[in-house]
Amino acid sequence: MNNTAKIIIVLTLITVISGAVLAVLDGYTKPRIDAYKNKVMNEAIHEVLPQNVKVKTIKKTVKENGEELEYVFYEAKKNDQIVAYAFQVAGGGFQSELVIMVSVTPDFSEIINAKILAQVETPGLGTKIENDPSNKDNPTWFIDQFKGLKINPEITYVKNAKPSGNTEIQAITGATISSAAIVRILNTEIKKAKTVLDK
Amino acid sequence: MKEKTAIQEFVKGIWDENPVLVQLLGLCPTLAVTVSAENGLAMGLAATFVLLSSSFLVSMFRKVIPGQVRIAAYIVIIATFVTIADRFLAAFAPDISKSLGPFIPLIIVNCMILGRQEAFSSKNGIWRSLMDALGMGLGFTLTLLVLSSIREILGSGTWFGMNIMGESFSPWGVMILPPGAFFALGCLIAGANWINSRRKA
Repeated sequence: MNNTAKIIIVLTLITVISGAVLAVLDGYTKPRIDAYKNKVMNEAIHEVLPQNVKVKTIKKTVKENGEELEYVFYEAKKNDQIVAYAFQVAGGGFQSELVIMVSVTPDFSEIINAKILAQVETPGLGTKIENDPSNKDNPTWFIDQFKGLKINPEITYVKNAKPSGNTEIQAITGATISSAAIVRILNTEIKKAKTVLDK
Repeated sequence: MKEKTAIQEFVKGIWDENPVLVQLLGLCPTLAVTVSAENGLAMGLAATFVLLSSSFLVSMFRKVIPGQVRIAAYIVIIATFVTIADRFLAAFAPDISKSLGPFIPLIIVNCMILGRQEAFSSKNGIWRSLMDALGMGLGFTLTLLVLSSIREILGSGTWFGMNIMGESFSPWGVMILPPGAFFALGCLIAGANWINSRRKA
């Protein structure tokens, strides 16, 4: 057999077999991976929304810089009254994208609850936005500060001091940039979400 | 030089030719993921799985794969197993998959794995290649486990998530930051060299 033909045949065979193996594997693992993603998402929605509410999904598409973006809102109703909206917001942190599930009052003036869905910040410093092992009584103290926080005129943060006023939170020592990023994301994205929902 | 027995091929990877401490291969995942013992162990086992499977196939087909395209063929084989490991972890161990992030897909370019195919599996029989891969994989896993244990214990005061340093211990934050990885790995390599030089003397 001539050598060129052999090269082509062997490489083709290897890649075809590899592709087939991966296709079978994908069919087997994809449902599990998707189910896990859905489960995480659902848990996050129910964690940030008040208890015993009916959740309805509202989808809105907006054109932004020529691209169609889809916004998904989870509307929570209790006795036919809208009590809250939950939605996902995202933005750049210190070194990773921060994804936060946040719920707000129907008039978008107050945060009801917030939960961090994804972050890969500096281990031991920035990761305290999600879990701070040095605070044994309340490792989630940072993100919990946003419960009941007023959004208008804007959320601010202080360093090394107790927050005063109902729009202020305390930044994490050694992770000011991550703390500030969350404040910035919430400030801009919640207002943006309101304009999208009102359309 | 006398040919080594299969057992010797296995043992050499653990210490004498340890991929991290002696060959200095696969340092990128070694430095990056060893912030906790759990991560280190998972990365070591995933790399061992890829190495074993790839060595098996490369050794089996070593006479069929033409020399000019061997690297391409190895990379496809390695990439296939890496993808299997990645998808498998995402489906069955989502937490570990999340914390290892992009470093599982990056096993593809781990020099240790390609290095073993080129240096060993492509020239040796299946049995000896498997023993070599198992030894190297075990050496890699053990080194990562030791390194990540040092970093987690000093940097977080925990080991596999268990609090072992007591209440009064104040964690050395730097150990779980990138510089801590270099400090700890440097000390380990220095230690290994020191022991080896004493043994020879």
